[in-house]
Amino acid sequence: MLKKRLHGAHVPHWKNTAGSKPERMPVPPLINLPMSMHIGAPAKPVVKVGDEVKVGQLVAEAGGFVSSPIYSGVSGKVKKIEDMLMSSGQKVPTVTIETDGKQELFEGVAPPKVTNLQEFLDAVRNSGVVGLGGAGFPTAVKLTVKDLSMIEAVIVNGAECEPFITSDTRTMIDDAELVWEGIELLKKYLQVKRIIIGIEDNKPQCIENFRKMCTPGCGVEVKALPAIYPQGGEKVLIYNTIGRAVPEGKLPIDVGAVVINCTTLAAIAKYIKTGIPLYEKCVTVDGSAVKNPKNVIAPIGTPLKDVFEFCGGFKTEPKKVLYGGPMMGLAVPDLNQPLLKNTNAVLAFGEKEARLPKETACIRCGRCVGHCPFNLAPVDIETAFRLKDAAALAELKVNLCMECGCCAYVCPANRPLVQVNKLAKAMLKKYQDDQKAAEEKKKAKEEAMKEASK
Amino acid sequence: MSNSAVSNADQTKTSARKDGQMIVSVSPHIKDKASTSSIMLDVLIALAPALVASVVIFGARALLVTAVCVAFAVGSEWVFEKIVKKPSTIGDLSAAVTGVLLAFNLPVGIPLWQAAFGSIVAIVVVKQLFGGIGQNFANPAITARIIMLLAFSRTMTTWVFPDAVSTATPLVILKGETQQALPSLTDMFLGFRGGCLGETSALALIIGGIYLLARRVISWHTPVAFIGTVLLMTLLLGKQPEYQLMSGGLLIGAIFMATDYATTPNTDLGRIIFGIGCGLITVLIRVWGNYPEGVSFSILLMNILTPHISKLTRKNPLGGAKA
Repeated sequence: MLKKRLHGAHVPHWKNTAGSKPERMPVPPLINLPMSMHIGAPAKPVVKVGDEVKVGQLVAEAGGFVSSPIYSGVSGKVKKIEDMLMSSGQKVPTVTIETDGKQELFEGVAPPKVTNLQEFLDAVRNSGVVGLGGAGFPTAVKLTVKDLSMIEAVIVNGAECEPFITSDTRTMIDDAELVWEGIELLKKYLQVKRIIIGIEDNKPQCIENFRKMCTPGCGVEVKALPAIYPQGGEKVLIYNTIGRAVPEGKLPIDVGAVVINCTTLAAIAKYIKTGIPLYEKCVTVDGSAVKNPKNVIAPIGTPLKDVFEFCGGFKTEPKKVLYGGPMMGLAVPDLNQPLLKNTNAVLAFGEKEARLPKETACIRCGRCVGHCPFNLAPVDIETAFRLKDAAALAELKVNLCMECGCCAYVCPANRPLVQVNKLAKAMLKKYQDDQKAAEEKKKAKEEAMKEASK
Repeated sequence: MSNSAVSNADQTKTSARKDGQMIVSVSPHIKDKASTSSIMLDVLIALAPALVASVVIFGARALLVTAVCVAFAVGSEWVFEKIVKKPSTIGDLSAAVTGVLLAFNLPVGIPLWQAAFGSIVAIVVVKQLFGGIGQNFANPAITARIIMLLAFSRTMTTWVFPDAVSTATPLVILKGETQQALPSLTDMFLGFRGGCLGETSALALIIGGIYLLARRVISWHTPVAFIGTVLLMTLLLGKQPEYQLMSGGLLIGAIFMATDYATTPNTDLGRIIFGIGCGLITVLIRVWGNYPEGVSFSILLMNILTPHISKLTRKNPLGGAKA
């Protein structure tokens, strides 16, 4: 039973491209494949400069358990392998492939043999699939659970609560069968009894689609969720579907839940069915600066400028370009940045929307408190941060913050609350690390004293 | 490390960008329309019916007193910020709101220099000396009114109608300190009774309150808890709750002053506690105190408790261990 409704913000939907069937764009002249498009260790290139690659060919293998392999979405020649400055601010080794336009499929592409759990997990790992909702966490790692009985429910995330983005919507309309096949795979290999597809109620067609597929006793239920941001946040979705709160420092699996994005699931099903790994992506291209907003299928690694060009270029000069939605998306410094595995949208905005609002004094209206889905108190966190009071930050549970941005969205004084929370987390971590180190030092000293007294 | 990151962000905001360079900032990249000035404008709009009512009831001087208060509130904020070299904040309209609220808490016959003095006290002493908007712990208009009540006791308690008829307020009549008859309930509702110039028309204040609720500028918690407590207590004590409700500054206090952001709790439960506290103190003063009215004192006293109420009613975060 749900005791209370979580707070959130009524952000505009702007799902302008929901009716736009994804169009495949022409092959770009080159693609850049950064070795870090996921959380975890960077992938290791298995190609050399000058090598010929084909569509679906392995370019880099996983660099560890928490990592993911990378495949080429084009045929062509490896031009260079050099560091590239990413939007995250880090330099990442990047494989640049010059395309030849032939788009020949790699001979090795064949459906993997999957008969048991281990083979299923291996296939998920080899598919190169990571959390496509935006997190980029390697899916195989997420699905590797110590004990299958821990999984009480799998929640398929079709909420897509960010404004503008409709790529998941398109997956649920155009590739509903693949999503369903993915569900069947999870049922079969992870022995999941209960599967919930959570979709915001502003996507009635998707809800209707899946409701039709459900048969009595199939263990799958479709849950229409109110379209209140951040409905698709992992912990929010878990709370709103199975009514459980994920405790601080714990994972969804600790409350019996596995959340998987619908497009991620479709990508896994596609690989197991056809052997085609994740090398291309449907992204929503939208924003006030884009001439013809639409959904585009592009090879991963395509420079953003080519993606925008395919959408007719710009109406006005882009002043801010984002990976992902406007609530949590990452601002991109230049248009040569590549499309990443976990990019579900690229948005471009003109001067008017890009201009940063002027920050004014906090008026203590409490809107940030009233809109936080996790009942945090951003106003108090900000005060504690400015006072450099790390102990207070711990008490205020700043680490629970998922940076959804509701607080900053509703703040009438335009305070950079998300930025403060990010920095506050870093401050708290340093404080805790320092405390730990001091404690260990003290312990070592005491022991040394004991030794000496002997 | 953390400080440099913040100042970096500040630089992006202020420094001129070269052509072709894009703005990189932390999410979220969109923002709802509400701003401090839009919220204050909403409060001014919500106060407009009461201003109209005051002119109808007390004559054009009501407008004059209000104008003087607003002019001196805004003017003293501008001058103060000039002197201490802070950027001017008069554009956020909060000083104007303070001016109107103070005027609404004064008798229409108040000497204008006293109204001006009160406005300066509200802005400079109660608000700016504590750090300006958002930093003051006490409601400027209420605190200034209390200071004026002590400083100018006679003029602050002389209630005159436009036809120069002096009258007692319903609360004084209720207390049995005078032999005058109580006004009819209709007159009470419309505002034709003795009292401060903006507090008398229940109708106008309720219209303003509904507007603020509809615009989500205030939440229902404090007004309902405040008014509900007064009604319940006076009902139990047999003190004519229907008159208590529309007397004194209860409605203007509960709707406009006890909902002030900086000086009231920021949690819903805290707001309810704040309202109940205000209601209890108000009834206590009205029934047993020496003053006929207790709304101002109740709000000021609860203002002092606000930080503690906010802290004690902070909700347990979802997934946070029970404290």
